[in-house]
Amino acid sequence: MKDLVAYVSGIGVKGPGFSDWPEAEAVLARVRPYVRADTALAPPESLPSTERRRAGRVVKLALAVGLEAVRRAGSDPARLPAVFASSSGDGDNCNEICQTLASPNRELSPTRFHNSVHNAPAGYWSIAHSTQVASTTICAYDASFAAGLLETLVQVTIDGAETALIAYDLDYPPPLRAVRPIPAPFGIALILQANPGRFAIARLSARIHTAAADRLADPELEALRASIPAARGLVLLEAIARREPTSVCIDYLMPETLLIEVTPWA
Amino acid sequence: MNPLVLAGFTATSCLGRGLRQTTEALRSARCGLTPCRFEDVDINTWVGMVPEIEHAPLPRAWLEFECRNNRLAFLGLGQDGFLETVSACVARVGPRRVGLFIGTSTSGILEAELAYRHRDPHSGALPATFRYATTQNAFSVAAFTRSVLGLEGPAAVVSTACSSSAKAFGSAQRMIAAGVIDAAVVGGVDSLCLTTLYGFHSLQLTSARPCRPFDASRDGISIGEAAAFALLERPSTRGDGNRIALLGVGESNDGYHLSAPHPQGLGARLAMEAALAAADVEPSAIGYINLHGTGTISNDSVESTAVTSIFGAAVPCSSTKGATGHTLGAAGALEAVICAIALQHHLIPGGANTITVDPSLPLNYLTSSKTAPISRALSNSFGFGGTNCSLVLGKFA
Repeated sequence: MKDLVAYVSGIGVKGPGFSDWPEAEAVLARVRPYVRADTALAPPESLPSTERRRAGRVVKLALAVGLEAVRRAGSDPARLPAVFASSSGDGDNCNEICQTLASPNRELSPTRFHNSVHNAPAGYWSIAHSTQVASTTICAYDASFAAGLLETLVQVTIDGAETALIAYDLDYPPPLRAVRPIPAPFGIALILQANPGRFAIARLSARIHTAAADRLADPELEALRASIPAARGLVLLEAIARREPTSVCIDYLMPETLLIEVTPWA
Repeated sequence: MNPLVLAGFTATSCLGRGLRQTTEALRSARCGLTPCRFEDVDINTWVGMVPEIEHAPLPRAWLEFECRNNRLAFLGLGQDGFLETVSACVARVGPRRVGLFIGTSTSGILEAELAYRHRDPHSGALPATFRYATTQNAFSVAAFTRSVLGLEGPAAVVSTACSSSAKAFGSAQRMIAAGVIDAAVVGGVDSLCLTTLYGFHSLQLTSARPCRPFDASRDGISIGEAAAFALLERPSTRGDGNRIALLGVGESNDGYHLSAPHPQGLGARLAMEAALAAADVEPSAIGYINLHGTGTISNDSVESTAVTSIFGAAVPCSSTKGATGHTLGAAGALEAVICAIALQHHLIPGGANTITVDPSLPLNYLTSSKTAPISRALSNSFGFGGTNCSLVLGKFA
């Protein structure tokens, strides 16, 4: 296959110890030490009040990283195609639904049900920004970040349009936490463009590969990377933060990886 | 877009296993719905159930994937020589050059729903027999299908509610166009579960009778289950005129409401227009529209507005959900296969159950099937979250 090429013009990050991209960038560039803290999730201001009340943690997470990336890239979210990628979607809501369905009274709340669709964050995003261009929502279990990145790179290649990748995962509450131990909410958003615009910070050139995935040197960060599907993208963010030409492999469908050559831009 | 040939396709739903049974049912506009006897569900509604699933355990090699949804996938994959068609393609281009894109809305969530009934009374833990990754996780159906078909190319589950498996065609088409793969298996698999039955009931969207899309008396949906697959390839030679091709995919968002369609059907219109543009055809080229047609009051009236704004009132159309039920994430792929059947057999399927077409919806809605040659068909799939996808299929000459 020919390499898929795109330019990163905006990044958003949220996770334990990372409130935004500048904070993550400083840690990944080893300017600042990593200090673990709970992921702070605020209600998305861009949502109308009815939807804001209905939005769970997963919507807050996805919209927060998406909006940060869009602001940094100077993009218009109303005209931005988007790829949402998540392994487990809204685990809080899923747990509530399963509890209700196992109880004597199985009546679900309509809001719980419509929030149960995997594309709920994409739906809230499109309502928040009156977006009528297409988005998609995909899942590839532990490979969800790379699958989302691949889908985004392909869209940029085929359609030539600036496109957002919004990857996120939530920790499950018990009892699902025991069978899918994701430790904390984590999200990464990237705005990708076919040509380097004003805000381009890195050029990516990617292909499917079979070399082992790269890891992070810091044991705490590596633990995040290895335990949260969306955090598999931290290796790519580290390469961008270092601002030196390099290539990295991120986990895809075992035994395959996504090899990405990263070149600093501007 | 460049057309892609459907080198093989198959569908399994309450209408039957495989193309022959499905085609026969469509020919007589037979309804496959039955009163809901699924698990211990106490809702007065009808469902499009595939009864064989109960008696079709997975072969031992795939025991870890054992669940209703993967059983349905396996049953579907086993029809119409589909396994052999894919295996010939894999032998030709190599397993890493064949992608897999499956649409599902609930995957194997039924396993989690049932496991929650058997939690440890002290610790609250789920039973040790519960397997999350290979049943509940949305990707499980793709991991299973990939293993059965021996594919090693890119794979993903598209999960955008009721547009999921229509959008899977979009992902596959782009990936082939970008040269990442040479062929792709696309499909939709969604099976009955408590979440969707009780969920649609909570929204007062399930009918107590078999659903009657576009009928003046329509009052909600019947939920169904289905597995439908197609193998998409670049056309290598000129066709013999009876091959079916994917000609266009159009996708959009409403950006309006999470569970109600845009009142003027704006997103639906954008998806249909985009699909026509991708196929490079005028609206007049479409000989049949397989409507999303869920049978709810609002969906059908909004879809009617959107369809007539582009096509006028003459083009023959129907919803096959009266026959199959609304198979949710599988509906896009199932109805794409129904369009392929329509094209191949010159069979315009009439909508089952609908007696009196709503006079306020000015469409040429067929209540019985008829024989007429068509060269292009359009299929609509819309879902919660305001996600819309339309496909154009046609004869590849």
